[in-house]
Amino acid sequence: MTGGDSTDPDRGSDGSDRDSADPNCDVGSDVAARNERLVDSLLAGEHRALARAITRIENREPGYRDLVSRLYRHAGTATVVGVTGSPGAGKSTLVDKLAAAYRDRGDTVGVIAVDPSSPYSGGAVLGDRIRMGSTVGDMDVFVRSMSTRGQLGGLSTATTDAITALDAFGKDVVVVETVGAGQSEVDVVRTADTVAVLVQPGSGDDVQMLKAGILEIGDVFVVNKADVDGVERTVAELREMIRRREVDGKRTGEKRTTEERTDGEQTGEERTDGKRTGEERTGEKRTDGERTGGGRSTDDGPWQPPIVETVATSGAGLEDLLDALDGHASYLRRTGAGDRKAIDRIAAEIRQLVRSDANELLAAEIDRRGGVEALARRVRDRETDPYTVADEVVDPLRECLASIREGSTDGSSESS
Amino acid sequence: MSADAEQGWRNRPIRCLIAKVGLDGHDRGAHVISRAFRDAGFEVVYSGLHRAPEEVVQAAVQEDVDVLGLSILSGAHNTLVPAVIEGLKSYDAFEDTLIIVGGIIPEEDRERLHEMGVDAVFGPGTPMEETIEFVRENVPRRER
Repeated sequence: MTGGDSTDPDRGSDGSDRDSADPNCDVGSDVAARNERLVDSLLAGEHRALARAITRIENREPGYRDLVSRLYRHAGTATVVGVTGSPGAGKSTLVDKLAAAYRDRGDTVGVIAVDPSSPYSGGAVLGDRIRMGSTVGDMDVFVRSMSTRGQLGGLSTATTDAITALDAFGKDVVVVETVGAGQSEVDVVRTADTVAVLVQPGSGDDVQMLKAGILEIGDVFVVNKADVDGVERTVAELREMIRRREVDGKRTGEKRTTEERTDGEQTGEERTDGKRTGEERTGEKRTDGERTGGGRSTDDGPWQPPIVETVATSGAGLEDLLDALDGHASYLRRTGAGDRKAIDRIAAEIRQLVRSDANELLAAEIDRRGGVEALARRVRDRETDPYTVADEVVDPLRECLASIREGSTDGSSESS
Repeated sequence: MSADAEQGWRNRPIRCLIAKVGLDGHDRGAHVISRAFRDAGFEVVYSGLHRAPEEVVQAAVQEDVDVLGLSILSGAHNTLVPAVIEGLKSYDAFEDTLIIVGGIIPEEDRERLHEMGVDAVFGPGTPMEETIEFVRENVPRRER
């Protein structure tokens, strides 16, 4: 980057921005105008504009935050489905068939396929498109491949923003597909309203793998390749594991609700804007909940994930899968769980953004003080210690916040 | 993110679509070039075999690639390439996409392909580094 330049190491790139700490204020007017044009074209239904918007988002190009803000106003209606599972479970093939099934119902579909990038070269071969055979030539299925690009935590933000773009474009359903391994990928599917976890039969290890975090996020389990041996056993194992999860869930359930409630209050402001919270959806569609639900949620108790058997290559079981996904969607609407989920998701998003913005500010401050290496040397030479250094870096921020708090007379219920 | 994000945008990976177009089942070359591009740090979307020109266009537009690499060994380049280029133009995606063609292209056809808007033709035996270097140097600067 800017190397030794200490005062403004970030964001100086598009030349026109002021020396401002607020990332939202440094959008030059030309960038804003460009974003406005792009959003106008996107809303007018231009695929090229949608593609370019996602590129800007993915690249974190200067002004992308302004772009996402503009898109956000038009988003909030799409149903987001996450599909995850071990490599080779048949995710891409299933997503392809799922997209075709949604199209048959008249829904427009966006697909985001996330593939890992090489930790060595940073490059990636994104092969999911090979399997997207059922919907080629249909521009109402918009498939976009994304690589993980080695981002830690940033991937879920980029994916969420890409979903916002597809949502604003007017896609009825957005499917996010990713290999369910590792924290960042789990975070990605978590951005979905409904998560389908794919398992292939015949390898007990697969179900074992699910124990490590994937089991908890599955709303619907899909035993794909249900035409090979070992299906019954895999289904039985899954069922057993889901039952155990429910028992565990009951034990920890109470603690979680109180904790989440606090989050909800904090994010109350955002909720009034009705963005992506699913609040409108809760209101208007609550009535149709009764007859759907897939027969899986017992009197609005906790959701019991159904297990669906499919053969993605032939399309068998796809109806059942759609029913299960719809069932979960209507469960979310009926019980308010969808609202809860949306609040949690947005809260996590806000936290992530605040954290990375604060990080950015503090990274600049560290640079101003000669860079982290110089600080480390001072600690090594026993001139100081890491805690004192951290205090010195953060103190200006702390003092600044304190003075603002005093300035605004009564800080209402702000905790210290 | 912060510094990472900033760097990510500066050194963003070059995005490529490697596409097999038409009725030609020889994809070894496409695989090798995909792999080489990946190792060069590019993000490569691979189309799979037997794609129609409109499918290739759809993928190129949706994926918003910087580079479109067409692999053609069937001899049908004189019909397939113009079809793809026309498609790209209809989506306003021709100007800022670098188009390269690989495969068996007779010497006398190359000039025609260039005139249509193909940026480079790489025949059999082209060193991988040459192709990669060409892409690095010629990826269109985007500003819109």
